[in-house]
Amino acid sequence: MTYQEKKSIVLLISTILIFVSYCLYMYPGYPKEGLELNETFRFWGSFVLILTIVSIVAHIIISIIFNIIYRITTREREPSFADELDQLIELKAHRNSFFVFIIGFLLAMGSLVLFQPSQVMFIILIFSGFLSDVTGSVTKLYHYRRGV
Amino acid sequence: MGKNLVGNHIRKLRFNHDEMTQQQLADKVGVTRQTIVALEKGNYSPSLELAFRIAHAFNLPLEEVFFYGENTK
Repeated sequence: MTYQEKKSIVLLISTILIFVSYCLYMYPGYPKEGLELNETFRFWGSFVLILTIVSIVAHIIISIIFNIIYRITTREREPSFADELDQLIELKAHRNSFFVFIIGFLLAMGSLVLFQPSQVMFIILIFSGFLSDVTGSVTKLYHYRRGV
Repeated sequence: MGKNLVGNHIRKLRFNHDEMTQQQLADKVGVTRQTIVALEKGNYSPSLELAFRIAHAFNLPLEEVFFYGENTK
């Protein structure tokens, strides 16, 4: 298995782990029914902001650890640049990822049209963000394994 | 994902050029080893620029490295 394939798998697993563990961590603070709208918005705003920061930091740390382990186990250096194949796969991953997020965004707006609570909208938005991330990683893995 | 119609003789040519490694060819043409692997497996059709760079690396014309459709050689 090549560096890019291994990295895609690590990215996929870390994305799922970070999201699930963060959701479990934040669940006790989930706003109860009848709470003021401002408080609900504040909760979801901080949920998204903290998740973004935590994800970025965790991905950087995981990436560094992965590169160290890769160097030790294979005695090879990781590629220092992205060539045309990497860029093409990256583009395809972004396209699929974006497509999934747009569907989630439209569903979230649809939930507001159907008079669903604002929490439903936030949950759909956050979940579609997570799914789009997973889709990006799966697309990369698929194309690195099966070709473009 | 269907197989690409652009095939190549890269593996054979590497062997004929002092058993050049995939990494050596990758360094010569400015791509990663993964891309050479994908090319040899027929999983990727290179850009025209990369195809020319690979042909130059073997000092051969493009059509002796790459072919379209079934391999006739």
